[in-house]
Order: sequence, then C-alpha cells, then structure tokens
Amino acid sequence: MADAASKEPAVRRERLAGLSTTREHVSVTPGPPAARLALRAGEDALNSVSRALGVSVPRKPKTSARAKSGGRVALWLGPDEWLVIDDDGADLPAAAGRAKALHSAVDVSHRNVAILVAGEGAEACLAAGCPQDLSLAAFPVGACSRTVLGKVEIVLWRTGEQTFHVEVWRSFAEYAYAFLAEAARDV
Amino acid sequence: MVGANRIAGSGRLSAAGRLAFSFDGRPYQGLEGDTLASALLANDVHLVGRSFKYHRPRGILSAGAEEPNALVGVHRDAARRTPNVRATVQEVYDGLAAVSQNRWPSLAFDVGAVNDLFSPFFSAGFYYKTFMWPKAAWAALYEPGIRAAAGLGVAPDQPDPDRYAARYAHCEVLVVGGGAAGLAAALAAAETGVRVILCDEQAASGGAMRFESGARIDGEEGWNWAQKAAARLAGMDNVRVLTRTTAFGYYAQNFVALAERVSDHLADPADRPRERLWQVRAKRVVLATGAIERHMVFADNDRPGIMLASAARTYLNHYGVCVGRNVGVYAGNDSAYAAAIDLKRAGVAIAAIVDLREKPKGALYEEARGLGIDVLPGRAVTGVGGRTRVSSMTVAPRTGGPSRRIAIDALLTSSGWTPSVHLYSQSRGKVAFDPASQRFLPDTYPQHCVSVGACNGTDDLAAALKEAAAAGERVGRAVGAKGKTAKAPAVETSEGWAGGMPGAAPGAGAEAAVKAFVDFQNDVTAKDIRQAVREGMRSIEHVKRFTTNGMATDQGKTSNLHGLAIAAEALGKEMPEVGLTTFRPPYTPVTFGAIVNQARGALFDPTRKTAMHRWHEKQRAVFEDVGQWKRPWYYPRPGEDMHEAVNRECATVRRTAGLFDASTLGKIEVVGPDAAAFMELLYTNPWQKLEPGRCRYGVMLREDGFVYDDGVVGRLAPDRFHVTTTTGGAARVLNHMEDYLQTEFPQLKVWLTSVSEQWAVIAVQGPRSRDIIAPFVEGVDLDAAAMPHMSVREGRVCGVPARLFRMSFSGERGFEVNVPADYGEAVWEALWAEAEKHGACAYGTETMHVLRAEKGFIIVGQDTDGTVTPDDAGLAWAIGKKKTDFVGIRGLKRPDLMAAGRKQLVGLRTRDPNIVLEEGAQIVADPNQTVPMTMIGHVTSSYWSQNCGRSIALALIAGGRERIGETVYVPMPDGAIEAEIGSTVFFDEQGERVHG
Repeated sequence: MADAASKEPAVRRERLAGLSTTREHVSVTPGPPAARLALRAGEDALNSVSRALGVSVPRKPKTSARAKSGGRVALWLGPDEWLVIDDDGADLPAAAGRAKALHSAVDVSHRNVAILVAGEGAEACLAAGCPQDLSLAAFPVGACSRTVLGKVEIVLWRTGEQTFHVEVWRSFAEYAYAFLAEAARDV
Repeated sequence: MVGANRIAGSGRLSAAGRLAFSFDGRPYQGLEGDTLASALLANDVHLVGRSFKYHRPRGILSAGAEEPNALVGVHRDAARRTPNVRATVQEVYDGLAAVSQNRWPSLAFDVGAVNDLFSPFFSAGFYYKTFMWPKAAWAALYEPGIRAAAGLGVAPDQPDPDRYAARYAHCEVLVVGGGAAGLAAALAAAETGVRVILCDEQAASGGAMRFESGARIDGEEGWNWAQKAAARLAGMDNVRVLTRTTAFGYYAQNFVALAERVSDHLADPADRPRERLWQVRAKRVVLATGAIERHMVFADNDRPGIMLASAARTYLNHYGVCVGRNVGVYAGNDSAYAAAIDLKRAGVAIAAIVDLREKPKGALYEEARGLGIDVLPGRAVTGVGGRTRVSSMTVAPRTGGPSRRIAIDALLTSSGWTPSVHLYSQSRGKVAFDPASQRFLPDTYPQHCVSVGACNGTDDLAAALKEAAAAGERVGRAVGAKGKTAKAPAVETSEGWAGGMPGAAPGAGAEAAVKAFVDFQNDVTAKDIRQAVREGMRSIEHVKRFTTNGMATDQGKTSNLHGLAIAAEALGKEMPEVGLTTFRPPYTPVTFGAIVNQARGALFDPTRKTAMHRWHEKQRAVFEDVGQWKRPWYYPRPGEDMHEAVNRECATVRRTAGLFDASTLGKIEVVGPDAAAFMELLYTNPWQKLEPGRCRYGVMLREDGFVYDDGVVGRLAPDRFHVTTTTGGAARVLNHMEDYLQTEFPQLKVWLTSVSEQWAVIAVQGPRSRDIIAPFVEGVDLDAAAMPHMSVREGRVCGVPARLFRMSFSGERGFEVNVPADYGEAVWEALWAEAEKHGACAYGTETMHVLRAEKGFIIVGQDTDGTVTPDDAGLAWAIGKKKTDFVGIRGLKRPDLMAAGRKQLVGLRTRDPNIVLEEGAQIVADPNQTVPMTMIGHVTSSYWSQNCGRSIALALIAGGRERIGETVYVPMPDGAIEAEIGSTVFFDEQGERVHG
C-alpha cells in the first residue's frame, strides 16, 4: 500500500472521446466531463438544498434553473427529483451535504454522458427520435424533460434556441450519438 | 413530340424535358413530370402486366394511387429492385428501368395464362375446397405449387442499401390531401396563425385540378390556382407542405403516419434518404382525400386499353397524352362525358358514348351531342374484342336485344365516384350510407377531425371550397388561433357530378361464364361474389374473405363498393344491411424501410458495452449477449477452444486469481433515514443490525413468495446502502422497489437512485486477489481482520475514489473494485499488469458460472424460474426469522408453498463423471417405466468442473433434499444417464477459502 501514492493515478477515458459530427445545419458533439448529482428531496427541503447547492432548484415541470454564476444547473425531472450538473466538476455531494434538510444526493457524474446538438437543424435532428414537440413555443430555452430518443431514455435540455444538451446513460451513449449522427444527415 | 400519343398543345409538361427510360428492356422516351404510366401510354404501350391468378393481360386502369393493375418492378441496380410499384405513381427519371411482372417467358406470351382457361377450377374459395385430397398432397404438392404460381413481383434478394429517415412532427392542423379543398382548408387554417402541415401523395398539389378542365378559381384555371395556393402555403413560416407524401395510417389521439417518398423520382438520389416516415401529432385533422372513380363491371372489362374516364382526362389534360385514337366511352354518370368532350376537343375520335341511363340529360350531355359525339342511351357494353388491347366493344340495349360491334382502341368507363373515407374509417369513424347518392359518407367523428370536399360527399367545387375554407378557419380557431380570416377562394366555374351506380352492369353476365372483374388485382369477378352468396356467405366480411375481394394491396379502392352492391343484390338486401368492410392502415403499401427507418444495423437496438470493453476486445475475448450487454464469455488463447479456455480460467482462479468484469450488475443506491426499514420490507433478510461497512447477500421475493432477484448489499452508512442486482434484473428491480415505495410504503423517508453505470466493477477473485489489488489501494486496511469477507470500504484505488467490496461469487477470497466508470479501463489495466505478475488470468461469464456452480451458488433465472421459493432454492437461511413483514411473506405461507414434496435444489453427480448432463433435461426415478414417464425434476445448471475433475450439475427435484444419496435417471435419446443426488456444494464444502 505504501507505494500506491507513487503510482500514476488512473487516467479518465471519456466514453465518446474523439467523436464529432458536423453537417451543414447541425453538429453533434460529445459534451465535456462534468459533475452530476441525482438529487431527491421533498418540498420542505428545497430552500435548504437550494442554498447549499447555490442554485434555486426549479419546482415547475419541464424547467431548469442555473446558478447565478458558474456553470451549475438544476434540471427538473420529477416532483421530487432533479439532475444537477456542474461544468466545473465541483464536489456536488459535498455541497449538497451542507443542507440540513432531508434529501438524497447521489453522485452520478460518470453514469451520464452529455451530447451537444447545435445548429439551425438541431430541433429537426432530435425530432428524428424524440416524440415530444420541440418547437420553441412548447419547449423553450431552459426547458428540460426526461424523454426518449429512438430506443433509449435521455434527459433533454434546451440550452439555446438552436442548442440542446442531451444526457444519456453511458452504455447508451454510443447508440444515442450514432442515432443523432445519422439523423444529422437528414436535416 | 415524345411518344406517338402526345398531343401538341395539350398537357402541362415541357417538351424540352426529355428523359430516357426502358420497359422490359425496350428503350422509350418520356418527359420530365411524366409518371411511368403516362410515359408508357404516350408510347402507345397499354399492356403492362399479368394478373395475379389468371395471368390475364392487364393495362393501366387509373392515373393515381388506386391503381390495381399496372404494377411493375423498378430496378435501379442489383440491390435496388422494387416490386409492385404502381406505374401510375412512379415518376419517370432519366435511366429508369422498369420490368413487367407475373409473366413467363414474356409479357405478350405468358405460359401461366392457361390458368385463364382452367378458371372454373379457381373460382371463389377454390383454395378452401379444391386440392383437399389426398390429404398428404396439400403440404407436399398443392401448396408449394400454388405458392410458386401465385404472387406478384419478386422481392429483392440483397440487403437494402438505401437510407430511410424519420421525423416526429407536431402541428395544430394537419390537412391530408392537397387538392382544391385541401388547399383551401390549409390556407384558411394557416391564416389564423397556427402550425399547419399539408400533405399530398402526388408530386405536386392540385388533386383533381389535374384533369378538371372546367374549373376556374379566383380568375385562374383550377390547376394554376392550385399551384399558386401551394406556393403561398410553402412560403408561410407556420406551414409545411409535403408532396409525394401519403398519409397512410390514422391512429389514436390524432396521431397520423405519413410516408414521404424523398428520392424515388430522382435519377441520382445522392445522399438523400429514399423515404422519410413522418409521425405527426395534430390537434386537428382535416381530411380532404377526394374521391375515386369506379370502373364499369362487364364482361372482359380488364382488357388493356380499358380505363377510368378521369384517368384518360388526366393523361390528356396534364400529361398531353391521348390514350387512344378512336375511343369508346361507357358511362353510368356524367363524368365520363367530360372525358369524351376533352378528348374530342383535342382531336381524338370518340366512337360512341354508351350510357346505361335511359334518358341522360344536362349540360355535358348537350355539349357532347353538340360536338357531334354519338350518344347511345339505355345501352350497355356487353363485351369487348381484343386480348392484349381492346379492339371493339359490343353494345346492346340494357334490357336485351340485338347487339352491334363498334371498333375502338380504348374504352373509358365510369360508374360513379367513391368518396375516400379510408382515413376517416381508420380514425374509428363509422360511415353512414346515403341512399340518394348510393355511397358511404363520414358520419360521427370519434377524434378531432373533419372531412371536406369530395371525401365528404360535397361534389360541387364551389361548395367544396366554401366548406373547406370554413373548416380550416374553424379548426384554427378551435385550438385558440387569433390570426386573420382568409378570404375564401371564389369559384367561377366548376364541374361536379353526383350519382352513378355501384354494382354489376348488364354486361356482367349474371350466370354466364364471363369474367366481369370487380377486383382486378385479386382477379375477383361479379360471378365470384354471386357464388359466394349462393354458397352461404351473408356478411360482406365473409364474402370478402371467401372471394378475396378488396384484399389485394390496393385494398379494393375501386372494387369494394361494387362487391358490396353485387352481394347486396344477390342477397336481396340494401347495401347498408350487408355492411361495409373496415379500412385498415396502410392506405397504400408502405415499405418496411420507411417503417424501420433508422433502426437498422448498429441502430437496430442499443449495444451496451462496459468501460473495459476495448480491453476485452484486444484480448480477443469471445462475447456473450446478456440482454443488450456484451459481456466477455471467455478469453481463448491461441489454439484453445472454449472448453480448454474455460478449464484453464477455472483452474487459474482457484490456484492464483482472476479478473472479471462485473460492471453490468445492477446497482441501486438506497438513501434516507428509513433506508434500513425499506430494505427490511423489500428483502427477506434482516438489515437493521447490519453494521456500516458490512455486506449481506439479499433475496428479493415477489408478492407471491417466489424468488425475484438476489445480490450482495453493502451498508455504506446508517442511511445509505449500495444494492447490487443481477444484470438482467437491474431495471426491473429498481421499478419493483419504486413501485412498492410509492404505493405501499410512501411513509418511508428513502430515495432510490440507479448507479449501475456510475461504477465500473472489477472483480478480483482467488487466493492472490489481495496481493494484486494491494499496491493500488489507499485509505483501506486490507488485512483479513480489518476487512473480513462480506465487508465494504470507501477509499481510493489507483488514485481515484473507489468502493471496495470484499465478497465472492467464486468461493475464493475476493474483492470487487468499484471505480467511477470513466476510470474503469485504466484501473483494470493497472490491476491486470499486477495480476499477470502473479500468473492470474482474465475470466469471462462462463468461468464465473462454473465457479459459482462448484459452490452451489444459484443464478436467479437459471436455477430459479419464477416458481421457486427461498426454501426450494436452499436459501431458507436468508429469511429473517423474527421479521413480521416483507414483500412475499404472506405468499410464503400459502399451503402449496409450505407443502412437502416441493421441488428443491440439489446437486447431481453422474455415475460416469465424464458425462455432462444437458441443462433442462428431465429427471425420473425409474428409467424402465412406460412412456410418458413421471418426471420428478429437471437439470438447471450443468458443467464440466476442471477443479472437481468431474461433471457437476444442479437440479430441482421433488423432495430433493430428502432423496440425497438416491440414484435418479436422466432419459436421453440414446439411453438413461444415471446420477446421484447430493449436496449442491461440490468444492470446498466447508467454505474456508473465502476467508483469510
């Protein structure tokens, strides 16, 4: 055990490393690694948890909330369920742990992989496999939803008028990426 | 002009757009915008195929999607050979190669045509009553013969190289049909500001304006108005116009499926998909699907050259093609007159208009007479001359009398129009019969849908556009639109005709042996339908199935109403009493490609791979499919077969150690102050007293008391458990837990999170396992006293956060290293480098299975089958004896589950240690009893065990534990195998090796 510290720490190898698709109207690229937290809490704990995480967790279905500064966002997934993503890789379980109120915080940083879909064809590209109405009126910037893409479950989050962030479990990431890359040929 | 039958000054195609194509190898010229049918007719080709059953020569009946006859093969290349393409739909592109079908050796001379002579043997229902004797000949002789002779077209024999796309779309208003009514509805809806999708199956919007020369809308010729309207719609931001797009299925909640033919009309599709499937969810649907003209039913009405009157008008007015030079017309209503008038004005001779009606009158009648056309009222066409092309018609008074022959080279018929209520019917709408117009029309709408124009029985163009515009605005307003009200199109002149007659005309020969076709594609004649009634069919559903009327790929678009009318007449009933068959999707044939679209090859189904997959590939692992997962099955070294590789892996793990990828196991984090209470309820075991840092093997039951799943559970903290499940159970166990938590135990403060994919799991098993991991572990005391068997610690491995389990599914001292998945591969590589120094191996699922069987550890789903209780499986020890509640506790108390003699899991040792039993084999007590023998159990797991030097097996045997020491038999085709019942543990019976 003594020589453990002397060994090189294990290298992180991202699931979709090296993949990228750029077409005339849309690009499909893997998102950078991020810290992720599966947050479960009751209504009474939300203020406490929000303070601890520095982001006001949204209470309205299909909405998200960003922290005032930094790359942290809380996506509403259910009445007592959120996915918190921190682009800077912060220690989210530790941050959530500062909340006194009852909640569950589970690190899922490596469970999910992000895929970014961007461009004027982004909506059409996703519509190849996502049955939801993704028009700006029905799915505005900031909207998020746990939904399906082809044959897999995803969390879809609209980050801009022409940019979407797809969260997918890692073993489904290759499928989701390939599905979107194929769909990109048709927009 | 291109083609002998093109008429200068007629049609809308440009003479400049010349295209070369071939039919049965002969080169022809067509024009840009031609369909294959119009281009063939321009070249005076009427004979295009042979019929399904009788192999009769067939021509082109229609100019649209309803075509039953003109089915051809289109061959782009060796892999792209599409059968049964409707020549009336396929657009000509430069280089198109089409071939006729269902003929041998050639279209003009077809050996199969002898069927026509033997047709008395192929009458309605022939396959139900012919070929019945001798019985054996059906499977051996008759059926293969019939199958070889019947059928249309030839399926391609290579994988489809084309690409198919898919799109979900949402709109407030979906308008199906881009004819005048559909355009008017779409414009009105679009002006209100809502999202509109307009789809039309043809290459351009316009519908019947293609042929209706008499229509003028908003000061324009009907066709030109339609093109401008379509262009205006296409230019609006809230409108999507889809041409070459067929709405083929109307499902629940206004979910409508459209098939768009993206590149079938292009010489070079380039990177375009061939087709695109649109799945549209619309708040409102407007059906503007028009009407389809019916042919006349009379003797030999299938001869090439006989076609629908509106089709001849379409070929003339749109494509500039005359379908003959001396044309006869057979009318049951006014619309055929319009065809005669248009052709006459274009300079084509009209031999005569034969009108079934005694006293035709009206503007069209007068106009025809004024043009000098010979009109023969009260007469019928009783037969035609010519075989591969009509050459004459025999005309007689409809009530009988002397007949005369009139020479013709084409015959146009119309017996009226059938509103296209297919999609309305698919939407679960019931049609209502309108006796005045002798047709079925939409009635009550079960969905948010409305029909406008001809499909709604609104024949007059002005009335149709008024109705459509009003409907378009109304549906827009209904979904809350605030926009403008569009000005309805003003119709200055229009055509419109009602009436007509469904059923057989006098020339159909009520009892004679003539073939008056009702359904061309399935070769069903009026006589067949009458025969069906004579043989006892009463409902149209029975008549349909007995005769196959309307059951071909055209779904009886031209034949259903005729068939119904003939059946009703034969039954002496009104049509509504006989009923109308239900329309089902698809409206027209849809390719499998469009339905499958992206879901092929790698996208057919997700392939799940662990973080270490590439390493396994590099080691040339053979993979096993476990659900969607790819798991290493075994790692053969050069020259090794599976048996040798597994034997080596099994021996190596027990001698030194092995690395195993256990990442696919389900993992659930159970968090909250009531976590232990929840675990108590979901598992049979006690959990309250399990200390943090310790693990326990848990058994989960269903409510009925049978084993549902199992796995090792580690308690990380008083309020946090790390639960593992079987690979296959990962999703359903979480669902099962959530289900109980939300419905039965909502008072518990506990949350469940799947972390199956958060952690990569490397199992290191074997006497040297601790030595292999030790150099990489920080912050955990691995000493046996500090970290005994069945414990869990959090620390670091290879410098990354890890959950380290001391547990064993092999019976050896073992660890399971959990690291965040992105680090899995690197940590595996580090551990492997160390493992190699110790002579350890990597092992796959097969070795894992053998090792656990040597120890008698069960696999849920292999040694259990949903009817096995914990006690049956020898797991009674895992039930907390003092527990008063858990899921399944009452089930376990059912008398049958507590009865003596239940099947119990035991070990089997064959008398001959070299014989490996078959898994699933049945077990008997006495091999000499008569068949059927009394089976007392079956083999659940069976392997060669290198470590035991013999075969081993687990089996479920009635009263098994009572029978230990007894001999049983496994009957196999070449004799019964003798085996002795014994303990389920074959290796290290004391279980000492996991410790230390």
